[in-house]
Amino acid sequence: MTGRMLITGGRVVDPSSGFDGVADVLLENGAVASVAPSIPSDGARVINAKGLVVSPGFIDLHAHLREPGDEYKETILSGSMAAAAGGFTAVCCMANTKPVNDNGSITRYILEKASQAKGARVYPIGAATKGLEGKELAEIGEMKQAGVVALSDDGRCVMNARLFQNALRYASMFGLTVVEHCEDVNLAKDGVINEGEVSARLGIKGVPAPAETVVAGRDVEIAAYTGCRVHLAHISAKETVSAVRAAKARGVRVTCEATPHHFTLTEKRLETFDANFKMNPPLRREEDVAAIRRGLADGTIDAIATDHAPHLQWEKELEIDQAPNGVVGLETALGVSMSLVLDGTLSLGAMIALLTNRPAGVFGLPGGTLARGAPADVAVFDPEKSWVVDPHLFLSKGKNSPFAGTELRGKNLVTIVGGEIVYNPTDL
Amino acid sequence: MAEPVLAAFRGRHLLSISDLSADEISGLINTAHRFVEVSEREVKKLPTLRGKTVVNLFFEPSTRTRTSFEIAGKRLSADVINISAQSSSVLKGETFKDTVLNVASMNPDALVIRHPSPGTPLYASKIAGCSVINGGDGAHAHPTQALLDMMTIMEHGKSLQNIRVSIIGDVLHSRVARSNIAAFKMFDAKITVCGPKTLMPPDVGSLGVRVTHDISEAVREAEVIMMLRIQTERMAQGLFPSLREYSAQFCLDSRVMKKARPDAIVMHPGPINRGIEISSEVADGPYSVILDQVAHGVAMRMAVLYLLCGGAEQ
Repeated sequence: MTGRMLITGGRVVDPSSGFDGVADVLLENGAVASVAPSIPSDGARVINAKGLVVSPGFIDLHAHLREPGDEYKETILSGSMAAAAGGFTAVCCMANTKPVNDNGSITRYILEKASQAKGARVYPIGAATKGLEGKELAEIGEMKQAGVVALSDDGRCVMNARLFQNALRYASMFGLTVVEHCEDVNLAKDGVINEGEVSARLGIKGVPAPAETVVAGRDVEIAAYTGCRVHLAHISAKETVSAVRAAKARGVRVTCEATPHHFTLTEKRLETFDANFKMNPPLRREEDVAAIRRGLADGTIDAIATDHAPHLQWEKELEIDQAPNGVVGLETALGVSMSLVLDGTLSLGAMIALLTNRPAGVFGLPGGTLARGAPADVAVFDPEKSWVVDPHLFLSKGKNSPFAGTELRGKNLVTIVGGEIVYNPTDL
Repeated sequence: MAEPVLAAFRGRHLLSISDLSADEISGLINTAHRFVEVSEREVKKLPTLRGKTVVNLFFEPSTRTRTSFEIAGKRLSADVINISAQSSSVLKGETFKDTVLNVASMNPDALVIRHPSPGTPLYASKIAGCSVINGGDGAHAHPTQALLDMMTIMEHGKSLQNIRVSIIGDVLHSRVARSNIAAFKMFDAKITVCGPKTLMPPDVGSLGVRVTHDISEAVREAEVIMMLRIQTERMAQGLFPSLREYSAQFCLDSRVMKKARPDAIVMHPGPINRGIEISSEVADGPYSVILDQVAHGVAMRMAVLYLLCGGAEQ
C-alpha cells in the first residue's frame, strides 16, 4: 500500500505553504509527491475527498499515553489509535510514566511499542530531571540518542529555578526544547479548581492563577537570560497569555500551547462537582478563555495541544478532591477547535496551522506540511459534519471527556500515516 | 404552611440550601417548632417513621451532628443505623461510590452523609435511590445547621427578614458559613463576615456579603453574632501566626460584647474553643444561645426526616 495514493477533489489546506484550494494530493512511497489540480490516478488508490478538507496530519505536542506502568488507562497502541481517529498523525507522549521516561532504556521501550502501533506516530518526550523529582538533571544526552523529541517534567513543575536554568542550557546542546508545566506548588497546594467565585461558593480548594503566572514569568526571564528555548505547556490564565505576548515581542525564544478545554470551558462547569472537568491547570474564568482565544488568533499561542490524560471511569467517580487530574482530548480536539473557525476567531487555515506546521516547528518535528517530499501524513475531515460526543465510541481507553454529550461540528474521516491508511471507518 | 408544600418534600434530597425556597425554609422551621415539644415530653417518641430506616453514613468524626440525627430519627420511631467509614477511599480500598451502593442495597429510606470532600452527598443522591441528606461535606455545605440556626433565631423572637447577621472566624474553611450565607440571603439579610483576610476566600465579596476585619465593627449592628470554630491546623498552614494573636484580634469576649446591641444573640455551631474564638463569659453568658442551637438541632432534623421520608402522608 505504500505505493501510490491519490486524494481527489478536496479543499486542500496547507498552512506551511499558504495553499488553500481545491486540488488533488498524490502520495507516493510514503511521501507527498504533489499537490495539483487533476492529477491522473494511474492505478493509485483513490480517496474521493469532494466536500472535505485535506490537511497535513495533526501533531499533538502533549499527550499522556500511560505506558509503561498504567496500561489499564491507556497503552501506546490504544493512544496511537485514538490519536489517528482524531486526525493526528503524530503524538508526543509525556514522560510521567511508571517508571519515568528519564533514561534511554525507557525511551527505547516506548519507541519499540510505538513501532508496533498502527495509528499515529509516537514521539517520546523525556524527563528533564531524574524521576521528575526536580533534583538532578535526567540523562538527556542518552535520551536524545534514543529518540526523545523534547524534555519535560510535565505534571510537575521544576520548582528549583537554578536547576531549570541548567536544564535549558544543557538541553540546548542537543537542540531539545524544554517544556514547562507552570505551577508554583506552594501557591497551588491542595487546590482542586480555579480559585475564584466558584471555589468561594462551593468550598472547593482553589488554585490561584498566579500559581501559573509566576512560573511563566520566571521561565521567560531564564529563557531571555540564557538565550535558550522554552515551551510553556497548557497555559490557562490570561496573564500568562500577556506574559508570552510581551516576551515574544522582545525576542525571547518562548513558545506555548493551549488545550481545547481551556479555550472553551470555564470553572462554572465544576458546579456539579463532576471530576470530568477536573484537570491541572484548572478551568478558569470567562476572561481567561477569551484571552486564550485572542492569543490563538494573534499568534501568541503556537499550538493547540490536547493534554490527553486518560483515566478510568471509577477513578473519575472518586470524591472531587481525590479524583485524578486530566481529561481525554485526542478524539475531540478537531471538533472543539472547529468552533473557533465557526465563531470567526480563526480562519480554517489558522486553526489547521495550530494543529500542524506550527506545533511541528516548536519541537522541530517532521510533518505538519504537504510540501513535496514531506512524510505522507494526512488528515481528511468533514468540516460540516455535526456529531454528539459519546465517549463510549472513543478508541482511547479513557472516556473521561469534558465534552461528553456536546454537539460538535467537524469530524475527521481518514487518517494517513506514511502513505498508509490507519483510520478510515467510513471506507472512503 | 399548606399541606401541598409539606407534601412536596417527600422523597427529595437535602443537599444544600439552594435546594429550598424561602417558603420551604419557613415550612421546615414551623414543622420543627412543633417537634420541640416532643423532646420535652416524658415519653419522647412519635410513631411517625415506624418501619423507616435512616442510615447515618459518616466519613469524618462527628459527635453533635451524628447524635442529633440519631436522636431525631429515634424520636420519630425510625430505625437508625450509624456507620463510621474511613474517610479516604484510597486507604480503605473501597470507593465512596461502592460504599454508598452497598448501603443503598440495604434499602434505607434516608441516608445522612458527612464527608470531608465537597460534593459527595450530591453524587450519592444520584446513585442511592433514597433521600440523601447532607450532614456536612467539606467546606461546601451543612444545610441542617443553617436551618437549625435560623430556627433558633426565630425561637428567640426575631424575624429572619432583613436581619443583620455577622459571621466571624474562619469563613474560608466553613461549610456552616456558606450554608448560612446562602440561607440568610434568601431573606434579604444584611450579612457581614469578619475574620483574618487569610481565612476568607479571595472572592468573598462574590458571596454577597460585607467584609470587615474588625470584630468590634462586625458586632456593633448585629442582631445575630455567629462565631465559627478555628482549627489549630490552620496555623501550621501559615494562615495566622498564633492562637494568642488570633484571640487578641478575633475573640468574642466581654470587652467586644460591650459594643453589641442589647438584644443581640451569640451563636456557635460547636465545638467551641474557649478563650480562642469565644471567651467563657460570653459562651456561658446571657447573650449565648449555643445550647439552644443544639436542642433545636434535634427538632430540625426531626422535621427534615419527617418531611423527606414520607411522614407527611400520615
